[in-house]
Amino acid sequence: MMNAIDVHMLIRLIIAVVAAMAWVGINALVLVYCERKFAGHIQRRPGPFEVGPHGILQPLADGLKLMGKQLFRPAGADAFLFWLAPMLSLLPVLLLFLPIPYGPMLTAMNVSLGILLILAFSSLNVLALLLAGWSSNNKWGILGAARAVSQSVAYEIPLLLSVLAVTFMTGSFNLSAISTSQGAWPWQWNLMAQPLAFFIYLVSAFGETNRAPFDLAEAESELTAGFHTEYSSMGFGLFFMAEYAYMVVVCSVCTVLFLGGFRGPVADGWWWFLAKTYALLFLMIWVRWTYPRVRFDQLLNINWKWLLPLAVFNLLATAFVMKL
Amino acid sequence: MSAFRQNVIQPIIDLWSLIVGLKVTGKCFSQKLITVHYPRETIEDEDLDTYGGHVELVGKPKDPATPKCISCMMCVTNCPSRCLKVVKAKAPKLTAEQQEALAEAKARGEKVKKPRAPKTPQKFIYDYSLCSLCATCIENCPVHSLRFSHTMYWATTSREELKLDLLARLRRQARRKPRPAAKES
Repeated sequence: MMNAIDVHMLIRLIIAVVAAMAWVGINALVLVYCERKFAGHIQRRPGPFEVGPHGILQPLADGLKLMGKQLFRPAGADAFLFWLAPMLSLLPVLLLFLPIPYGPMLTAMNVSLGILLILAFSSLNVLALLLAGWSSNNKWGILGAARAVSQSVAYEIPLLLSVLAVTFMTGSFNLSAISTSQGAWPWQWNLMAQPLAFFIYLVSAFGETNRAPFDLAEAESELTAGFHTEYSSMGFGLFFMAEYAYMVVVCSVCTVLFLGGFRGPVADGWWWFLAKTYALLFLMIWVRWTYPRVRFDQLLNINWKWLLPLAVFNLLATAFVMKL
Repeated sequence: MSAFRQNVIQPIIDLWSLIVGLKVTGKCFSQKLITVHYPRETIEDEDLDTYGGHVELVGKPKDPATPKCISCMMCVTNCPSRCLKVVKAKAPKLTAEQQEALAEAKARGEKVKKPRAPKTPQKFIYDYSLCSLCATCIENCPVHSLRFSHTMYWATTSREELKLDLLARLRRQARRKPRPAAKES
């Protein structure tokens, strides 16, 4: 027998997952448009312009086009894994949005181990990339997958350590609690107390989301498209949406951990959260269209020789200061 | 100490280059666009002076509707794509009366001059669908009768329309506006 509280929780969960789906879709559309507009203007051309006023309907048209394409599987590919991979890439994303506090009351599920939940389930994406590259029966695919795995495994460690430094300070894994532990003004944010952790988190976030300048897993000029070379239609579309969704998640978590979350001057609320998240997303786009791609040995050197020692040092220093 | 400086201090100082890079793209982002929205905007004619479109004929300075061409066939011979076709003009046919007069003059022992074919070609056909715009014809023309046009916005729906009668084109051009002949070098 289900009691009233269980039903209440179930309804809340369903609404939250549906809202997360919509949020992922909307973000993918908006970010694709922003990305292409940014790229255009940085290269001093207009970017998409023909579909709708200032090309605002371009991502929608692209989405429709993607859906209309044929789903194609190369001969010799492992059918089950091949189709499992894109779904496995996108599905965990819906869970990642649940513990994020958008506002003082606007949290789908107030999970006490929220940050752990996000970190654990976002790691599933690596598995999806590996499956995609492996099952494609394509050399570019397997190379891209191998790169994605070694890159993600490497960058997850400093990311975790920098997150851990913040949780040491607040003494909580709950994202809402971390948000409220920070003040409204920028100098009261964790960014001020943990600038090194913020920097490490940001760099590792680029590595984790396979974004330029660390986009070696899908380096166009070397691997055509890396792990999703063989995917057409919405197979590719799901990877694409997942990539943008992970960007949003990473930036949201960064906002919560370092930039005060929904706290802000004048009035707390989701508007501050969105503004900060989108500022970070725009920074990611800006960085992508500025820096050239690093070489793979450079990528791993940055991680193992710089970020990891710095993160460990930062964590130890934080622990030391907290104990004092 | 120097190894420490080279491997640890220098990379940290070099991080500044990341900011410089962001500044460069940020500046470009805020600047005016330099591309043209084609169907709504086009490039001014005077800015097209350096644009090399298809090959066109150059008119005589005093008679812009007639090309300088002397039908020497150098362009046709040298064209690697064989996209030019020049038909020489034939000598005018004499009427019976004129022929008689000519024969009479010859009989009188006068030096007779048969009317000769004009140098200006009768036909100058150019197939743009074959042309590779290599400018070999332009370089080999002894009288500088060929040049690149400045036609940029030209699109057709069939291959046939890409065949141009350059003589007719020159006549049209002369009627519309006499363009100054290209500088002879």
